[in-house]
Amino acid sequence: MTTQGKTINITLKVWRQKGPGVKGKLETIEAKNISTDMSFLEMLDTINEGRIVQGKEPIEFDNDCREGICGMCGAVVNGIPHGPEKAMTLCQLHMRKFKNEDIIVVEPWRARAFPIIKDLVVDRSALDKIIQSGGFVSMVAGGAPDANAIPISQNIAEKAMDAAACIGCGACVAACPNASAMLFVSAKISQLALLPQGKPEAAQRAWNMVHAMDDCGFGNCTNEKECEAACPKEISIVNIARMNREFIKAGFASHVM
Amino acid sequence: MLDGKIPAGPLEQKWDKYRSTMKLINPANKRKYNIIVVGTGLAGGAAAATLAELGYNVKNFCIQDSPRRAHSIAAQGGINAAKNYPNDGDSIWRLFHDTIKGGDYRSREGNVYRLAQVSNNIIDQCVAQGVPFARDYGGLLDNRSFGGAQVSRTFYARGQTGQQLLLGAYSSLSRQIGLGKVRMFPRSELVDLVVVDGRTRGVVMRNLVNGQLESHAGDAVILATGGYGNVFFLSTNAASCNVGAAFKAYKKGAYFANPCYTQIHPTCIPVSGTHQSKLTLMSESLRNDGRVWVPKDPSDKRSPANIPESDRFYYLEEKYPSFGNLVPRDVASRNAKEVCDKGLGVSATGYAVYLDFSDAIKRDGKDVVAKKYGNLFDMYHNIIDDNPYETPMMIYPATHYTMGGLWVDYELQTTIPGCFALGEANFSDHGANRLGASALMQGLADGYFVIPYTIAPFLANNGNSDIQKDHAAFKDAEKKADAYVKKILSINGKQTADEIHRKLGQIIWDYVGMARNNEGLKKAIGMIKELQEQFWSNVTVPGSDTDYNFALQKAMRVADFLEFGELMAVDALDRQESCGGHLNEAFQTDEGEARRDDDNYCHVAAWEYKGQGNEPAFHKEPLVFENVELTQRSYK
Ligand SMILES: Cc1cc2nc3c(=O)[nH]c(=O)nc-3n(C[C@H](O)[C@H](O)[C@H](O)COP(=O)(O)OP(=O)(O)OC[C@H]3O[C@@H](n4cnc5c(N)ncnc54)[C@H](O)[C@@H]3O)c2cc1C
Ligand code: FES
Repeated sequence: MTTQGKTINITLKVWRQKGPGVKGKLETIEAKNISTDMSFLEMLDTINEGRIVQGKEPIEFDNDCREGICGMCGAVVNGIPHGPEKAMTLCQLHMRKFKNEDIIVVEPWRARAFPIIKDLVVDRSALDKIIQSGGFVSMVAGGAPDANAIPISQNIAEKAMDAAACIGCGACVAACPNASAMLFVSAKISQLALLPQGKPEAAQRAWNMVHAMDDCGFGNCTNEKECEAACPKEISIVNIARMNREFIKAGFASHVM
Repeated sequence: MLDGKIPAGPLEQKWDKYRSTMKLINPANKRKYNIIVVGTGLAGGAAAATLAELGYNVKNFCIQDSPRRAHSIAAQGGINAAKNYPNDGDSIWRLFHDTIKGGDYRSREGNVYRLAQVSNNIIDQCVAQGVPFARDYGGLLDNRSFGGAQVSRTFYARGQTGQQLLLGAYSSLSRQIGLGKVRMFPRSELVDLVVVDGRTRGVVMRNLVNGQLESHAGDAVILATGGYGNVFFLSTNAASCNVGAAFKAYKKGAYFANPCYTQIHPTCIPVSGTHQSKLTLMSESLRNDGRVWVPKDPSDKRSPANIPESDRFYYLEEKYPSFGNLVPRDVASRNAKEVCDKGLGVSATGYAVYLDFSDAIKRDGKDVVAKKYGNLFDMYHNIIDDNPYETPMMIYPATHYTMGGLWVDYELQTTIPGCFALGEANFSDHGANRLGASALMQGLADGYFVIPYTIAPFLANNGNSDIQKDHAAFKDAEKKADAYVKKILSINGKQTADEIHRKLGQIIWDYVGMARNNEGLKKAIGMIKELQEQFWSNVTVPGSDTDYNFALQKAMRVADFLEFGELMAVDALDRQESCGGHLNEAFQTDEGEARRDDDNYCHVAAWEYKGQGNEPAFHKEPLVFENVELTQRSYK
């Protein structure tokens, strides 16, 4: 049944923090006549438009593509990163999933490695640092052999693609009680370890990336599996097992130590 | 007369000849050059990584919090290359010819041929990076036909080709950042280009976290800042897509080419209300199995299932019997607008048409349809809350891509020496209309395989820039940018930047959109000027310029769009013909096709900024066709 044209009234309890390192708090904001056709971010837009004309500071939140692929958006909604719907980013969540009079608590990603910039906006550059430490194949433009020179079985290519679908949003970190980035790191390590192009450096890559993760202040993985449940792209924790295998291999290979 | 500096000689040899006779910079000297790359999409990311691999020092900037989030990430369908793996008759020549024809003969032969030549290297490069393209059962790369092409030349990675290609470029870029060859500056936006003594000297960037203005001097600047589709407010583009960087370069002397060429994609989710912030693209592939129709009678308000065949108007199938629902994008879009303007549209707004899968489901079964389009149907269901397996989808055209951009020569250099433009930000390869799966190809071609060569002659001829960031020109640019930001914050009016942007978008959509006429264009220019005044007297922007302030970012982009929208209309008015995505209603064939005027308009229109409030100056680059014959399109 379509819900087109309906509106609801909601109460937001949203995290407000002026800047990095200062104290923040939840602010209660009433939002009336929210169309259920709106996306969650359009609901925030609507509130912000109203606040701007009233001379109040809008709620800052990150967003860009608004179609679930860039990984820029994200907030913890009622305790769940990206909100209650499975396999969905915050920008894809629609207000028809909420009821009239709902109280909705909205908080930023919380992790030592993700300092808050303002309100719901956090600094996720630690994820980039991990990739810089080894999340690539060492090659330069121009020297590649013909693309069909190495056949790769469809099964392997599909598994690599499953891992490569990670959007780097950081929801896994926000969901983890230890604020570990293991799912993120393992997805990249898996993708490249599965493919022949990535194999020569697989062990070294795992070693470098896991150490970079520690250096950035992410926690350890204790198999809580919250990451997998929160991932909007349904990245599997099988990747963590694969990564551990590469990491152990690296530990044995003396040249990387 | 503008000179594109296309190398002489036979088409097939131009690029080879250029590469083998151009000036080089020896490896030890490359590290003495500092190159600024603005943008980390396919074009900018690929360029920054590759230039660093060659040994140059690179500074790379982007608006998002990570280079991996550039708008290229959203591309779904695929990337073209002339590999001819399926053995179905493709070739470099054919890809070249299709691109020239698709662009309605308004692009350069030399550039397009080079693009087709390097297309194959791109696929090799991406596979070597670990991009997981789709493969067949034998483990070889799979191809599909896309956007009505007669050969299968499109490589893809599920429905996430742009994401995988961008992550490939991002991985190469990350490697160079790790090695210290690239310094990355995310969350920063270009506010000015600094030009002294006729040479580009660097940029002034605004740090979006703390509002600081930061100058960066360099020996060359590369703008790979994407397209300007968001001038329409509603488009398939990401929120931060803007014309700002290109427009600042325009104001500093770079000519802007063909701003009126925009592409409207026929299959997008229609507008449902004023809260809407974007229009989501539904893949073009849907038209392979979906049938487009509207009720014959405008007063027919029955639900689609209750409208019998005899009361349905399958307008594409009737008008274009041989291509039917698979006519090119611009033709499909224009026809949707036409039937809706006649009052035949569906949905609450009247601006939508049905895309109906019931025949396909009857013929092939629900499972087959689900296997092909399941994810798209889910996406639609989530946004519209309607099940497309049971009721036809509603679709409507939306702005998707902009063919116009900064004018560049064969070396991708703008009219300001030392300032280059790549990717969607330049105008170079798609003429008046772009073929599906060719934007990704062009962005990566420019970044991986063209600019790494074509920047060398400029550096070899001009040496290092002798101006550092403490020079008065930088200080002056910072001061002006600071005053500009403070001015916007001080207006304290009653309208938000978004409200004004939405109004601008409506004007552009109505008068500079899918079908244009002289009267409407003149009217639009007047309305935009009025809106500019409203902005500068009545906008309200909250907060300050010393911390993260998204509303301020938006307002600054809207200010640029307001000026740029006027330039679009001026360009459209100047081009008294129709071609590709630019349809002036006065110039149509009997079939309603764009009718070109090759005698008078077979040229690139490049506009030069002449100061606030003055008409821009027109420059012409004639297009010379030595290898293809100009023909009139027909899809009957
Ligand atoms: C939904 C969608 C689907 C598409 N699907 C396809 C497809 O299947 N095949 C195809 O070939 N094409 C497709 N396209 C088109 C294609 O994706 C784009 O044309 C292409 O990716 C543009 O790449 P780019 O590198 O030029 O720019 P972008 O990817 O837009 O990158 C621009 C970069 O510049 C930065 N930037 C912009 N302005 C500034 C500024 N003022 N200061 C600092 N930095 C700035 C941004 O942060 C970003 O890093 C699609 C487009 C859309 C919208
Ligand atoms: S805004 Fe891009 S994933 Fe949500």
